[in-house]
Amino acid sequence: MPAKVVTITSGKGGVGKTTAVANLAVALAADGSKVVCIDGDIGLRNLDVIMGLENRIVYDIVDVIEGRCRLRQAMIRDKKLPELYLIPAAQTRDKNAVSPSDMNRLIKDLRPDFDFVLIDSPAGIERGFRNAIAAADRVLVITNPEVSAVRDADRVIGILEAEEKGPAALIINRLNPTLVKNNDMLSADDVLDLLAVELIGIVPEDESVIISSNRGAPVAYDTKSKAGQAFRNIARRLKGEQVPFLDLNHRGSVWDRIQRLAGRK
Amino acid sequence: MSFLDRLFGKKNSAESAKERLQLVLIHDRTDLTPAQLDSLRDDLISTVSRHVEIDVQAMQIGVEHDGRSQRLVADIPIKSTARRRAKKSK
Repeated sequence: MPAKVVTITSGKGGVGKTTAVANLAVALAADGSKVVCIDGDIGLRNLDVIMGLENRIVYDIVDVIEGRCRLRQAMIRDKKLPELYLIPAAQTRDKNAVSPSDMNRLIKDLRPDFDFVLIDSPAGIERGFRNAIAAADRVLVITNPEVSAVRDADRVIGILEAEEKGPAALIINRLNPTLVKNNDMLSADDVLDLLAVELIGIVPEDESVIISSNRGAPVAYDTKSKAGQAFRNIARRLKGEQVPFLDLNHRGSVWDRIQRLAGRK
Repeated sequence: MSFLDRLFGKKNSAESAKERLQLVLIHDRTDLTPAQLDSLRDDLISTVSRHVEIDVQAMQIGVEHDGRSQRLVADIPIKSTARRRAKKSK
């Protein structure tokens, strides 16, 4: 079972890398894949809290690399999905504790036992980013429809091309259909036109993402959430399925419309 | 965007974002600042002028993109020899 290694990166911070990794991991594992995710943000670990596994950490990725524990000891099994694991980042070290060749070795050991290895890249284009893309078979660049995020995504896509890690696929996260309709937000087409890369998903802005992360249960579990649906669709596309993109322009349910008319939305 | 903004012809913000990004990305991707582009233009003028007489006022130089690849496009009108001769004989 040779795993597919997928890295999620963005250039800019705060656009949703960690949320995307947690949700894609949950969606893939809930769909029957064996998944391990790696938090590549050494010194600023967060994937553990988003996945709700922060209380179970004993060893981390630097412990594995420096030989203080076996690989299996640093792999935390998910609470709900038995085929989902997390390798947490070290919190008290910095990015230079890991090198791209360390990552290559680690992932080589993981490949035979999993269907997917998902790597959460840190923001930026320095060492941590280089580590995160070193062993990637596929890189997903995530952005928001905002000038700064799109600009940074373009830089990262350019670097990935130069490093022959491309072509990258794009996730547009936190798209607000109402703002787009009022011409006050770049549309998915605008972003694609600017970045000229393949699209793998559009995730609408959705307050249930924050509610889910408060609880440590990624929104992909929530069958009513549109963002959850969008992440589940991306997971299926990663498996090679053809899934149509969500229609984010439709006007919602009758109840939504009544609430909007009443000025409550 | 408010009704009043639209009434007074203020450009919508998505459009400004896209236009601004288009320019920024060209410079990011090529590492060419507007000042460097100007100096390139001056060099082109002096080099080409050594061989043919060109219409400097009508000359256009810019970066166009085709997908993710960039192309430097220069449009340099040549002054026609016939017109030049006619001018000289006046």
